[in-house]
Amino acid sequence: MNAIDPIVSAPLYAGRTGVFPKKIDGPFRRFKWLVMAVCLAVYWGTPWIRWDRGPHAPGQAVLIDLAHRRFYMFAIEIWPQEFYFVAGMLIMAGIGLFLVTSAVGRAWCGYACPQTVWTDLYQHVDRLIDGDRNAQMRLNAAPWSPAKITRRAFKWSVYLGIAFVTGGAWIFYFADAPTLQRAFWTGTAAPVAYASTGILTFTTFWLGGFMREQVCIYMCPWPRIQTAMLDENSLTVTYKHWRGEPRGSLKEAKNAASPIGDCIDCQQCVAVCPTGIDIREGPQIGCITCALCVDACDKAMASVGRARGLIDYCTLIDAEREIKGEPARPVVSVLLRPRLIAYFAVWGGIGLALLFMLGARERLTLSVARERNPEFVQLSGGAVRNAFTLALRNMEDRPRTLRIAAEGLPGAVFYTDDMAPGAARPTLDVAVPADSTAKVRLYAVVPAAYAHEQDFALIAAPLDHEGRSPRRETHFAAPETEHEDEEHE
Amino acid sequence: MTHDKTHVGKVIDQATGTAKVGHEWDGIEELDTPLPRWWLWTFYATIAFALVYVVLYPAIPMFHSASTGTLGWTSRGALAGDLDHEKAEHQAVRNAIAATPIEALAANPALQRAAIEGGHAAFKVNCVQCHGSGAAGAKGYPNLNDDDWLWGGDLSAIQQTLVNGIRYPGNDATRASQMPSFGRDGILTAPQVQDVVRFVRVISKQEPAGAASARGAVLFANNCAVCHGAGGEGNRSVGAPKLTDRIWLYGGDRAALTETVTYAHGGVMPAWGGRLDPVTIKMLAVYVHSLGGGEAAPAAPASGAAQ
Repeated sequence: MNAIDPIVSAPLYAGRTGVFPKKIDGPFRRFKWLVMAVCLAVYWGTPWIRWDRGPHAPGQAVLIDLAHRRFYMFAIEIWPQEFYFVAGMLIMAGIGLFLVTSAVGRAWCGYACPQTVWTDLYQHVDRLIDGDRNAQMRLNAAPWSPAKITRRAFKWSVYLGIAFVTGGAWIFYFADAPTLQRAFWTGTAAPVAYASTGILTFTTFWLGGFMREQVCIYMCPWPRIQTAMLDENSLTVTYKHWRGEPRGSLKEAKNAASPIGDCIDCQQCVAVCPTGIDIREGPQIGCITCALCVDACDKAMASVGRARGLIDYCTLIDAEREIKGEPARPVVSVLLRPRLIAYFAVWGGIGLALLFMLGARERLTLSVARERNPEFVQLSGGAVRNAFTLALRNMEDRPRTLRIAAEGLPGAVFYTDDMAPGAARPTLDVAVPADSTAKVRLYAVVPAAYAHEQDFALIAAPLDHEGRSPRRETHFAAPETEHEDEEHE
Repeated sequence: MTHDKTHVGKVIDQATGTAKVGHEWDGIEELDTPLPRWWLWTFYATIAFALVYVVLYPAIPMFHSASTGTLGWTSRGALAGDLDHEKAEHQAVRNAIAATPIEALAANPALQRAAIEGGHAAFKVNCVQCHGSGAAGAKGYPNLNDDDWLWGGDLSAIQQTLVNGIRYPGNDATRASQMPSFGRDGILTAPQVQDVVRFVRVISKQEPAGAASARGAVLFANNCAVCHGAGGEGNRSVGAPKLTDRIWLYGGDRAALTETVTYAHGGVMPAWGGRLDPVTIKMLAVYVHSLGGGEAAPAAPASGAAQ
């Protein structure tokens, strides 16, 4: 232990140090505005886009219809058994994250993450109501007076309003938006709609209004995962210490004996940081690479007539090159490296495979479950009966009639629960309503002469002759033929 | 390991600016990085929640049971509540089924589907022990899927069988009949029994006619035709099986038929009228009827009253 350690008493638990980011303008800030506007517009606007699917399906472009187990996305309709499309899209999102992280580092964190977008929105509300950084800090430090209470109450109401429209918008993805909105305000919506709105309003209010950067630093696993995915070729926001150090103000530079760095220690990079870190301490978990400090530093450098880019996006390799005095590599050569190409190939391959499957998927399917208890029923006249449960899935927005017939089962006649056994016929027509599944319990009766164990196929041919007729191989079970029977026949 | 903490208070680590806890192992020291305060408050909130929960719900283990909690909640009580809730949920459907004549259920597909499902559930509890989970029966226990019925396969006949049972002691309306033990009681000699067996196997097309079956035909006409019919076509009013078909309750080979004619069989089915409520019995009848062999109601309603 070091004998010169100063002795202090530290509290057991640390309070949050407030973050009051200063307003800044610059290319990255404007880009961040753009991303934020697009993200919020997509989030709030999507459920209100209409999409005409005809009389048998909802008219909402993007709809997760949990009650009817359908997922609609513009022209695509996904049934539960096609959920692999969603799984594929999630895998694409995952690999897309690898791709983006390898290329541009934590761009997701800096620009598109909902926590970032809403924190940014709330910080803007802070600046609108309380003023910029210094005014906010003054108000924060001020004792609780009626004026401060009023101001805080007003600001938190605005927080709550934003949180409510955020939490409230979520439910419109799960039901027809205009209908649900009317039901919501008249108190007739489902309880889960109010509960979801309440929970998401609270989480938005709390996470966006108060937790903010603590979510990124303490709660979120992404920073850890993304940090593991970064490599020496990934872009990170870098303070070019080889150019900036030793730092010193203009006054100090004048009086300094030895040459001094470009950093004028103006603290603007710290002031604008939405997570309250000092980028000059190097890459760190709190840095979401939003590049607002780049804007701030460029502005400061311009005001003292020095070159921009003291803080800038930079890869570790380029940082070493710059330290050695070599020029940075062109962006294209950084992007066209094997790792990124491989990620892109996998990502694109999955995307193409999904598109192919989407184009080739069947919109009319038949599944056949053979009754196994009992496997067969011996009828009094010698015929043998098997039962099958057929699921006829019509995934199109029009009703269709299918003709059920057997292939390779001589003499077979069929009847269903709705028919008398005597009315059995070699083929049956089943009407399947639009966008639904018809379940049919099918009895197949095979006369004694042909009643033996055999494989056969059931075919459901649409009477409109459009598209393929689904076909399923199955089996006909029969009792073992007795020896004495054969003697006789 | 050394432990040279002689100071009071905390020591600041120079490299990080964070206080140390004062432990040192071979030169490795531990920083006292504070937990964030929001975490602490969340922790306190969980403690407060737990305190309230312990008071409201059973929580503290005692010698024989746990503390009861002021809300009086028990898992058994919750189950009973759930069951009552389910019963209440089903009550409307059960009332509708009770109010609908059994033949009229088919006109209401939703109600019929509910009756079939309810019957299926009751079947699993009460009937599978003999008839099997698929209602395929076993030796001595009829297969309920087929088109052969001993006492009738229309809805009301099945319902009557369910209510009153078959040869069930103590029920006056039970379906009753008694086949004589022709061999054991000396009505027929052993060779005569064999002749009858031969004849039965001829009319069921299991073997060609011969001298023995010709002798058996005479014996059959004198002894068996009264119940089983002149041609062995059976008689449902006495539950006498049809002998010309492929379905055998106790087996159709020579040994099984010899045993049947010698000792006779008379299976018993309980009368469910006293055990199950009328709605459940109605649902069971609809379920059994739906298994693929159900018959339409006979034109003249005179089936069960003959004997």
